Amino acid sequence: MKICVCIKQVPATTEVKFDPETNTLVREGVDSQINPFDVYALEEAVRVKERLQKEGEEATVTVLTMGPPQAEQALREAISLGADDAVLLSDRAFRGADTWATSYALAQALRKLQPDLVFCGMQAIDGDTGQVGPGIAVHLDYAQATYVAKIEALDKRKITVRRLVEQGYEVCAVRLPVVMTVVKEINEPRTPSLRGKMNAKKARIPVWKAADIEAPEEKLGLQGSPTQVVKVFSPPHREGGEKWTGEPEELADKLASLLKELEVV
Amino acid sequence: MAIRVIEEKCNGCGLCTKNCPQMAIAVDNKKAIIDLEVCNYCGACAAACRFRAITIEVDKQAQEDLSQYRGVWVFGEQFRGKVAPVVLELVGAGRKLADARNTELAVVVLGSDLSAAARELSEYPVDKVYLYEAPELAHYDGERYSRVLGDLVRALKPEILLAGATTTGRSFMSQVAIKLYTGLTADCTGLEIGDDGLLYQTRPAYGGNIMATILCPYTRPQMATVRHKVFPLPPKRTNGKAPEVVHLNVKPQLHSSRSELLDFIEQVETTVNIVEADIIVSGGRGIQDPANFALIEALAKALGGAVGASRAAVDAGWIPYAHQVGQTGKTVCPKLYIACGISGAVQHLAGMSSSDTIIAINKDPDAPIFQVANFGFVGDCLEIVPLLTRKIEALRGRA
Repeated sequence: MKICVCIKQVPATTEVKFDPETNTLVREGVDSQINPFDVYALEEAVRVKERLQKEGEEATVTVLTMGPPQAEQALREAISLGADDAVLLSDRAFRGADTWATSYALAQALRKLQPDLVFCGMQAIDGDTGQVGPGIAVHLDYAQATYVAKIEALDKRKITVRRLVEQGYEVCAVRLPVVMTVVKEINEPRTPSLRGKMNAKKARIPVWKAADIEAPEEKLGLQGSPTQVVKVFSPPHREGGEKWTGEPEELADKLASLLKELEVV
Repeated sequence: MAIRVIEEKCNGCGLCTKNCPQMAIAVDNKKAIIDLEVCNYCGACAAACRFRAITIEVDKQAQEDLSQYRGVWVFGEQFRGKVAPVVLELVGAGRKLADARNTELAVVVLGSDLSAAARELSEYPVDKVYLYEAPELAHYDGERYSRVLGDLVRALKPEILLAGATTTGRSFMSQVAIKLYTGLTADCTGLEIGDDGLLYQTRPAYGGNIMATILCPYTRPQMATVRHKVFPLPPKRTNGKAPEVVHLNVKPQLHSSRSELLDFIEQVETTVNIVEADIIVSGGRGIQDPANFALIEALAKALGGAVGASRAAVDAGWIPYAHQVGQTGKTVCPKLYIACGISGAVQHLAGMSSSDTIIAINKDPDAPIFQVANFGFVGDCLEIVPLLTRKIEALRGRA
């Protein structure tokens, strides 16, 4: 079984602030990391692979990301966490892509890889849209299952999953090939093994450009994106209000009268 | 696609260099110079420039006559025939957009046996309710739903399509937008019609640290998902005519799916869904022990609210993940958020700092949560919360 995981490299901290005085973005600590949700996606892919291998089946995990050349670092980290190999999609033509153009480029790359299962995180912590996973499925014409919290069963033709939705869990059987997005509840990711780290160091990571995935430029990057960012600004600043100290009894009294004032009681 | 510095307008102030996440801009001889090898066309520089000296040109135009698209649609998400609360909030927002565009507001509902949903929607200021009823559509199925809605949009051509940013709305709208090759903006907190007639969609990014306004200029419909509780419930219709209820032709050929719903496990303890709650009482590391979550639950119950949690409490296994508020959990925007024993890491703040009122109870007077709380109480939540619960119960008892 061929398994692919789509990951995104995101800033390691979300401490991105906007300075209204100078009208500038201030990033504290510009280190990067694998998007946290994608780590769960990767872990689940590796677990599926290990289970299949135990049953004597062949299985591989390939990680895919689209980004600048330095995103290669995220791919190496993914290999240290159990992926077998990786592909970096990097081309000037991909730049400025919104979710439509991003999912298109990833889907074109996946077309070459022909996976049975594709795992993504439910969303990225910087963009926060949750749109790319379902988008990839539509571009590829794969079945899909979003917000997966548990894999209940898997055979050559279908996968049974538990989806976390507002009212509870939906249990669905979905025909392969399938794109899944996972929530945090699905597993507890491992830390890199020594062997994983060695593999990550040695791995040769191919870089695919627009021509390699047979993607016409008019569907890529800013050019292929239906949406345009026209303004970036700082949200209204929130300031801390009054603070009380005292005995628990006093504070509880104060709180109760406050809740009365706020008309919640 | 080209990015360009207009030399006559640039005075070399350097705002663009500071804003560029790629560090692709330098100022030389009082002019900005963009390194095209490094630039990723994110637009941060153009948005930051006070002199409109940086332009990003996209060689693009509409492929069809956009004026044939008219009307605002709201996706009427339903669960077991009952309309999701966020749909009614969207009716309020959609009404304003439809009025600004001098056009109709319609709610489109997919499902089976939708008469109750239609009745409920008829009480609100809606012009049309479109119903598409088929047994296979009783429960949400991404493939069926996106094929049906895609087909309806192609036939009826709405100009704007809104949906709640629920788990269903987010997955479903993405599929529809990809099929229609149009733009979709997730989790909008602001929607406005500009002087140019376009829908200006504003949303937070980077965990709410930055707001971005987004347009979809060349394709239709302009699609957006909107978070719970961002827009108020609209008043019910007091006069004017009741909406026209339109039963749409069912096309069974659109109903095939590769997915089959086997079971639905309802979560009893999440009867009050945190994203829909007006009041949330949240517990964090300061709760110290899973048994103490009962104190949080009791307060939430006394206030008629829902129980939230910080990542620390969820990771410790004290409460299920569905309750987690924050960057890797849910984003909530209740009228009142009471944070008990939560220090207020940026990841948590990202999920709750747009609440109307925040009350924080924490032992540490320097906890960052106090920087966003309207009212701060420095003390041990394990002592204060039960006392408060008793006082509220007493107040309620008297009333």
